[in-house]
Amino acid sequence: MPVRTYLEAITDALREEMRRNPDVFIMGEDIYAYGGSYAVTSNLADEFGPERIRDTPIAEGAIAGVATGAAMAGLRPVAEIMTINFALLALDAIINHAAKVHYMFGARIKAPVIIRTAGGAGAQLGATHAQNFEVYFAHVPGLKVVTPATPADAKGLLLAAFRQDDPVIFIENTGLYRTKGEVPDGDVIVPFGSADVKREGKDVTLICYSRQFLTAMQAAEQLSEMGIEAEVVDLRSLRPWDAETVINSVKKTNRGLIIEEDWQSYGIGAEIAATVTREAFDWLDGPIERLGLVEAPMPYARDLERAAMPSPDKVITRLREMGVVR
Amino acid sequence: MAVATTHKPLTKAQLLHMLRQMLLIREFEDKTAEWYARGRIAGFVHLYNGQEACAVGVVAALEPQDILMSHYRDHGHALAKGAGTKEAMAELFGKETGLVKGKGGSMHFFDYQAGHWGGYAIVGGHLPLAVGVAFAYKYKKESRIVAVVMGDGTTPNGYFHESLNFAKLWEAPVIFIVENNLYGMGTALAVHSAVVEMTDKVCAYDIPAERVDGMDVVAVYEATRRAVEHVRDGKGPYFLELSTYRFRGHSMADPQRYRDKEEVAEWTHRDPILHMRQKLMEEGLLTEKAAKKMEDDVKREIEEAVRFAEASPAPPLEALTEDIYASPVSANPEAAIISTPSA
Repeated sequence: MPVRTYLEAITDALREEMRRNPDVFIMGEDIYAYGGSYAVTSNLADEFGPERIRDTPIAEGAIAGVATGAAMAGLRPVAEIMTINFALLALDAIINHAAKVHYMFGARIKAPVIIRTAGGAGAQLGATHAQNFEVYFAHVPGLKVVTPATPADAKGLLLAAFRQDDPVIFIENTGLYRTKGEVPDGDVIVPFGSADVKREGKDVTLICYSRQFLTAMQAAEQLSEMGIEAEVVDLRSLRPWDAETVINSVKKTNRGLIIEEDWQSYGIGAEIAATVTREAFDWLDGPIERLGLVEAPMPYARDLERAAMPSPDKVITRLREMGVVR
Repeated sequence: MAVATTHKPLTKAQLLHMLRQMLLIREFEDKTAEWYARGRIAGFVHLYNGQEACAVGVVAALEPQDILMSHYRDHGHALAKGAGTKEAMAELFGKETGLVKGKGGSMHFFDYQAGHWGGYAIVGGHLPLAVGVAFAYKYKKESRIVAVVMGDGTTPNGYFHESLNFAKLWEAPVIFIVENNLYGMGTALAVHSAVVEMTDKVCAYDIPAERVDGMDVVAVYEATRRAVEHVRDGKGPYFLELSTYRFRGHSMADPQRYRDKEEVAEWTHRDPILHMRQKLMEEGLLTEKAAKKMEDDVKREIEEAVRFAEASPAPPLEALTEDIYASPVSANPEAAIISTPSA
């Protein structure tokens, strides 16, 4: 299997789908002439030209709204919102419009728009440029929210987004773009709502998505050296999310820790913990626990930023508090 | 800035149809008010009385395949574009037979086939959607265009400026139409907008703009024809300001403390329906008898619509969670959940 970076895998999916379907076009800030802030589209510009790789003004509300309208009229737009921090300016277009038109208009029209954006901290970008807002979208009936962690999943989930008819918020992580992995050739789809057991173990379940998958895997390696085998479950999509796989894993290991890169209060982990607790209560040896960002705006200074984020050491510390590590 | 047009004058049949459409909308709105007062219609309801010439004049200049999108005061736009009075009234009654199955209500009418693609209740939120729909037709090389209607209260909103800029840059075939009724809800134009001349706002985006008497349905039609020719020719967006007035409050709950009686009386005197009726009689195109028959027909149609709405079933409770998604939620719906259901 060819090895691709996460970024290349996304580009591959876009290229393959654009070749297959002339109704697919991409729109966003600095994606054509500049090549994309994270260069996802730089290798597409020559092949597809400015008609299908469309530069936009810096106007996120209109970007999301125009893309939604184009989808309502039968196109397959991919709107790139440069980072998820800027997506706040598009929340009305996404939540009040893209997510609503199918239901509110009695299923008379669809809005199959794909909004690609990137979250993530760790590059010393400060309070307004290092956030993760997947929970804002995952909260909303009518949206589908996917958060791939590996190159193969990034490609497979993006291809899946093109094969269904609902608005999809496709959330990448800037800390993953350069990571590498094997990616199957061709049109291999990863269905939404299917979590993936990325590492098998019997002692504790580490539940993660997006970049915190890396934290979970690093922690699992260290734990293994300590004689503890962690099972790592990558959610891959947050709405829908695959409760069955998570619950089955927790029933096996009897303990669970969610690692998330959003603030823990009212976060993704809260939803998972509540569901798993209800469905697997009799199997649990202790409460499902969470490890998220420290509840502060993200600071610039390197050591402060690191201290704010989940890490393998913090995972092990938390597992010690839980009594999993003795 | 007006563009010369060469099209044929309106026929008698077209003129009479425009009068009938305005009468139909007026009667629909009056009956809506009546049934709202009787507690059978609920929610926020914004009536179109006084502004009928805007929707009817605009639609008369569009082709059936063109798309009209509008704001929450949307009954007139939907009916003018061809939505059925029965389905529209049933929607207000919250019935399964409504335009959108009782899911939308007064502010969210939608008729795919008729080409009224939505009433939208977030001020300005529909403008980028309209630009997107219009762009899609350009991209697909179809000759369809989009007319998108907003109130004057939308013009200070960010969406307005983002959408005009976008439409001009992408040469989207869209006509932006402001129904300027002088108030954004209860706030007067001069209080909500630093620049009160709409056409002055639009020149910043190099989009041709016209101000039109929105109480004169023929004037609205003529201006929209000019706009349609420009837009369908691939010359990019066009802008129309229709000067109009709403005869009723902003919504059903409006005591109207913000406008004085003289102003209301002055505008009521310019009633677009009376104006058109009188004009057609003066030109010998309408007799008192024919007018009476038209009014009776319209009354009968709306009475039938009310009967249909009353007799229709409410949506089944299962509809609550139907149609949230167009495609299956996941490949394995048994496994995947989208929320924590109550046990």
